[in-house]
Amino acid sequence: MDKLSRRNLFKVAGGAGAAAAVPHGFTVRKAEAQTGVEAPVVAPSESSAAPAHAGHDDVLFFFTTEEARFVEAAVDRLIPADEEWPGAVWAGVVNFLDRQLAGAYGAGARMYLEGPWELGVSQQGYQLPYTPAELFRIGIQEVRDWLAEHEGETEFWDLSVSRQIEILQMLEAGAIPLPSMPSSVLFETLLATTVEGWFADPAYGGNREMVSWRMIGFPGAYAQYVDLVTEYGRPYERPPMSMAEVARSHDHHGKH
Amino acid sequence: MAVRMKPVDVALVGGGATAAILGKELAEAGYSVVALERGRMRRTVPDFQSPYMHDELKYSVRHALMQDPSTQTLTFRNFVGQKALPMRQLGSFLPGTGVGGAMVHWNGQTWRFQPESFVLRSWVNERYGEDFLPDDLTIQDWGITYDELEPHYDFFEKICGTAGIAGNVRGDIHEGGNPFEGPRSDAYPNPPMKQAYAGALFEDAATDLGYHPFPVPSSNVTRHYTNPYGAKFQPCMYCGFCETYGCEHFAKASPQVAILPFALANDNFELRPHCYVTRIEWDRGSNEATGVTYIDSRGREIFQPANMVALCAFAHHNVVLMLNSGIGTPYDPVTGEGTVGRNYTYQTMSGASVFYPPEVRLNPFMGAGALGTAIDDFNTGSFDHSELGFVGGAYIAAYTTSGRPIHRHPVPEGTPRWGAEWKKAVQRHYNSTATLTVHGSSMPHRGNYIGLDPTYTDAFGQPLGMITFDFPHNDRLMSRYVTGKAWDIARAMGGEQISVGWLDDHYSIVPYQTTHNTGGAIMGTDPTKSVVNKFLQSWDLHNLWVMGACVFPQNAGYNPTDTVGALAYWAVDHMINDYLPDPRPLVPT
Ligand SMILES: Cc1cc2nc3c(=O)[nH]c(=O)nc-3n(C[C@H](O)[C@H](O)[C@H](O)COP(=O)(O)OP(=O)(O)OC[C@H]3O[C@@H](n4cnc5c(N)ncnc54)[C@H](O)[C@@H]3O)c2cc1C
Ligand code: SF4
Repeated sequence: MDKLSRRNLFKVAGGAGAAAAVPHGFTVRKAEAQTGVEAPVVAPSESSAAPAHAGHDDVLFFFTTEEARFVEAAVDRLIPADEEWPGAVWAGVVNFLDRQLAGAYGAGARMYLEGPWELGVSQQGYQLPYTPAELFRIGIQEVRDWLAEHEGETEFWDLSVSRQIEILQMLEAGAIPLPSMPSSVLFETLLATTVEGWFADPAYGGNREMVSWRMIGFPGAYAQYVDLVTEYGRPYERPPMSMAEVARSHDHHGKH
Repeated sequence: MAVRMKPVDVALVGGGATAAILGKELAEAGYSVVALERGRMRRTVPDFQSPYMHDELKYSVRHALMQDPSTQTLTFRNFVGQKALPMRQLGSFLPGTGVGGAMVHWNGQTWRFQPESFVLRSWVNERYGEDFLPDDLTIQDWGITYDELEPHYDFFEKICGTAGIAGNVRGDIHEGGNPFEGPRSDAYPNPPMKQAYAGALFEDAATDLGYHPFPVPSSNVTRHYTNPYGAKFQPCMYCGFCETYGCEHFAKASPQVAILPFALANDNFELRPHCYVTRIEWDRGSNEATGVTYIDSRGREIFQPANMVALCAFAHHNVVLMLNSGIGTPYDPVTGEGTVGRNYTYQTMSGASVFYPPEVRLNPFMGAGALGTAIDDFNTGSFDHSELGFVGGAYIAAYTTSGRPIHRHPVPEGTPRWGAEWKKAVQRHYNSTATLTVHGSSMPHRGNYIGLDPTYTDAFGQPLGMITFDFPHNDRLMSRYVTGKAWDIARAMGGEQISVGWLDDHYSIVPYQTTHNTGGAIMGTDPTKSVVNKFLQSWDLHNLWVMGACVFPQNAGYNPTDTVGALAYWAVDHMINDYLPDPRPLVPT
């Protein structure tokens, strides 16, 4: 398709602080390439507003609106937009987290959740009685309560960017005393799942337009390199492929 | 009251690698065999097909092919006296579930153990003196020698279509292979994998330093190949979705590709999925196993009578099943007496990363589970330990197995863990970082063992297995020494920066290390210090046999499966030729 490098398409006017700013051309081009039909232009979201996804991506299955705002501000700090590439918010990581927490992962499927409960030492791993969904729900509420007490009536998403970073650093260090959990456990879960959403197949809702894959040059679901593996140092330039695209093209071939 | 099934000659617990081998061979020898697998049936088509197999979140992160801890897990502590707590999510190791077991989602790195490994205590005593080993290092000889096992290694590698350059064929050292390996009766059945760029950079550096690099032997098969059973393999596509995934291309040796179809073609063999074995039943009067009890998919308790039982349920499950069935004497770490659970060992992993400038593109996604270049100059039998104060060793390899970015986005030391700087570093280093793996041995220690947990139970109400483990001092010294050698190679590889990942202060159940759990039902010559004899037959119940890495008295600096497979062939040979015609203890006590 287009010869333009993806990086140029992502060049953004304005500083790194302007979260999730993405030029209009990107989504249109992409949609054209696939269907030949012009898709609605997705407006870049202003500052940290809800991820500007078309269609059903705005629906929340798990988070309340306030939880979503909290998480959105947090993931915007964890993987921010920069001059070249959008960040986690634009990529849809909030929706990714929402869907994960609404589903089996959130419900703690494939976790041993029998008591008795003791914290143990770090070598023994996660020992809280909460499913991931409960961990997020309780944890976010407790951070908000702590902020209300220590920062006046301010919500996390209303704090300055630098203060948000400081708060996250305190959570990471376990320095915010939450009643129900070490704050570091909440932080590590948030960080791990944010990275998952950012890098997972876009079919999960969090790596929109394969933005993270384009950023690093990962080809995605495409997977045959037998002839290329010994071409040392040669850049791989084929655009990445998501499972959804491959599945669609299988479908397409099936009809002919 | 349990439902009672029709009796069979042999009941196999598990449906993975070793069960496939025993099922095929015993059914062919004319015995009726049933393999009881807790998970579901899985086939290359449709279960492992693209694009859905290429889903890092589902398979690598959420562990779709692996054991479900909500049904059964282990508890863990570092030392006796600490409170053991449940491993609530998988982490350090990833046991499989479902037909094919963990050999569906293994990498295919196919290593033989060195001859010294099998006689380690005698070898150390002879070479370094009787006082060299501290008392609490419970190293033992296996009761079998490399030479006895060699034909079975050879056969298993042919079954797997293993690809590589033989370093030592009947004593002739071959250029380009591993000169430190034991003598082989034959070359590998297939030529080695192509070498990735990271491997080539490693090879140059290692050669300059005077070491002996070679391509890692792989059961990611390199050409169209038919194994001795008639299984047809296709060449590996270097797809990069190998370990923790099933192979869509019929290229990775899994039981479903290499063995099971030929077992299932025999009417004597039945593979029964959705059967969760909870106990081995045995007769206290005659000291013989009478069969196994399992829970079926409807939750019914079923008794399967059998004349012979073989445990093929993966390393620590076998041990936990024995403990829960009251077979043998549980190991007691205080007195050092008892055998079941004794000599639990693991693998001592460390590594280094070499960060190149962005122009050096290593294309890490063009990988395969066993794609790597290695040196074996620092494994147990390869070098002199006399001034070093430890035994054992490790191989050092530059593997290119995965560029899947959730788990692999290397950044140099000192990079923040998140935020703008992290993101830039990930972008910069993703395609130009080579990783060296130091894959080290693990020596048994008196305090490390598998027991039963006094508090926590599985979904069937049985005690969970309890692992007590930390790296012994010996392994720390070994790891420090060999990791230092890896560091030298990393420096010689000419990157801009290097990070070294030393062994952690304590073993942790959290980060993935390897699924190379070994020991707990070890083989040996002395019934007071081992669970099975040199034929893998239980000392306590002569018609009970134990397969898998739980029989290793200690772990070598290699991946286990070549040895697991070879031992399974060795054992089944003796079952068929010596035991079944005349059932009795093959080694008198
Ligand atoms: C990610 C990963 C990568 C690996 N890479 C390598 C490698 O590169 N090289 C190498 O040498 N080794 C590797 N291994 C190890 C290799 O997979 C094992 O050594 C091998 O599969 C062991 O065979 P097994 O028959 O003992 O157990 P498995 O193949 O695991 O089979 C055991 C089976 O028993 C079943 N089972 C367990 N408990 C019960 C029960 N109570 N009732 C009924 N069924 C039960 C399980 O569901 C499973 O299917 C890797 C493992 C993993 C997880
Ligand atoms: S890397 Fe090769 S062996 Fe592994 S899954 Fe891909 S094609 Fe199969």
